[in-house]
Amino acid sequence: MLDLGLLLTLYPPPKRGAMNTTVPPAIRIKGIEKSYKDLHVLKGVDFDVARGSVFALLGSNGAGKTTLVRILSTLLKPDAGTAEVDGFDIGADPGRVRESISLTGQFAAVDEILTGRENLVMIARLRQVKEPKAVANGLLARFGLADAGGRRVATYSGGMRRRLDIAMSLIGEPSVIFLDEPTTGLDPEARIEVWNIVKGLADAGTTVLLTTQYLDEAEKLADRIAILHQGRIIVDGTLAELRTLLPAATVEYVERQPTLEEVFLSLVGDRSPAADQAAEKDADKEGTR
Amino acid sequence: MSSHVLSDANVMLGRSMRHVTRSMDTIITVTITPIAMMLLFVYVLGGAINAGTDDYVDYLTPGILLISIASGIAYTAYRLYGDLQSGIFERFHSMPIARSSVLWGHVLTSLVSNMISVAIIVLVALLMGFRTSAGVGAWLAVAGILLLFTLALSWLAVIAGLAASSPDGASAFSYPLIFLPFISSAFVPTETMPAPVEWFAQNQPVTSIVNSIRSLFAEQPVGDDIWVALAWLVGILIVAYVFAMVVYRKKIA
Repeated sequence: MLDLGLLLTLYPPPKRGAMNTTVPPAIRIKGIEKSYKDLHVLKGVDFDVARGSVFALLGSNGAGKTTLVRILSTLLKPDAGTAEVDGFDIGADPGRVRESISLTGQFAAVDEILTGRENLVMIARLRQVKEPKAVANGLLARFGLADAGGRRVATYSGGMRRRLDIAMSLIGEPSVIFLDEPTTGLDPEARIEVWNIVKGLADAGTTVLLTTQYLDEAEKLADRIAILHQGRIIVDGTLAELRTLLPAATVEYVERQPTLEEVFLSLVGDRSPAADQAAEKDADKEGTR
Repeated sequence: MSSHVLSDANVMLGRSMRHVTRSMDTIITVTITPIAMMLLFVYVLGGAINAGTDDYVDYLTPGILLISIASGIAYTAYRLYGDLQSGIFERFHSMPIARSSVLWGHVLTSLVSNMISVAIIVLVALLMGFRTSAGVGAWLAVAGILLLFTLALSWLAVIAGLAASSPDGASAFSYPLIFLPFISSAFVPTETMPAPVEWFAQNQPVTSIVNSIRSLFAEQPVGDDIWVALAWLVGILIVAYVFAMVVYRKKIA
């Protein structure tokens, strides 16, 4: 069905320069299937995620991205297939898998009644990290939440909440992080902040599996992109490889208009403490999530 | 991993207790409402009730304690339901912790917070003239019965919290429990009730529990009541715990 040329394009040898071929992938998924009653959500999903890379899983709403992340983070058992995370089988060794991973985003959450600092200290103590308070304060400073650390999370803006959520996921230095739609519902500035955090994670050698429905997000962040459609991975490759799937680019003259995002960001300007506080006040009214 | 059970449960208890102490609503419902009910029954209705004790507050206190616990556990279900909805339940389950600590955190919080309300209500009862000749042993026995009652009901609350599909549903299960003491010997002797009602009151768990506590406070022999009460409590505890585990496994499968 597939010719060898296309196969090589879709499954090239590991790219990232220093990648050693003897290092097993951080995530290896083979033939995962899952149904909810009559609804066959995953019909045999296969892919690998190289250690230290950012892998974007694209798909429309209901494509099964979250189901797959829940399976990989041991919250849900697959009907068929196997998966290894950090070398541990999700079915046979879920405890070791949980030591290697962190989950954040769409359905992981923060405790609204606790303060930001209390949330971090709680996770640090559960992960048996030494000096939980120092760890919490370090993360608050790193994620621009030092001033808000003593306030209840219920008063945070959507962006602050997501930053706290990701900060909680970094405690204990997990080698694999699942980010399930990490920028859904965020304003453009908060999105860019989250993107910068993800880039920082990748630079530090953490493997990131990111699910998103925003194509530009995958384009900006991912080393490799896969599209989950109707229960299967229909393509899996680098952005350059995916581009070759379409007919060669033609050159045409287009007048470049600024995007609305560029207009918004240039008008709103860089994130200043004042802007941050305004965002918090908005969030107070809205009560995001 | 499972070597962290105690420290994990302790972290969960600390978290959940903050939810209790930071919510005025919880404190008012669980402590002030039973106290208001006690004031109403002692100072408004009590004069007309002949319960066979010198002071009606002596008769009433055990039942009020049970009502406060029955209304307190509604919040246990409500908090657990909130954890499931917010997603923090899943965050905990994706972490390398003792998974049992997630539910035990709520159950321990239920025990601690209900014992605090019970202590406050007993103090108010003492101010209202409640007197007991009970010694240390009898007090410990009363505390043990109330703890067992709270533990059994807390696991019932876990079932409700896990299975509910709305916040109202999560706490609604406690209404019959709050109502049961009214059809028991908690407020008036059962002999004054019409025969079918008396039969129900005599054979439901609250009457034997109330009678046992009342006998312990009065330094009277507890008789068969204590065994009937313990059988009810242990039975409810076992059934509720097993059923809660079944619902929990379905939830995280």
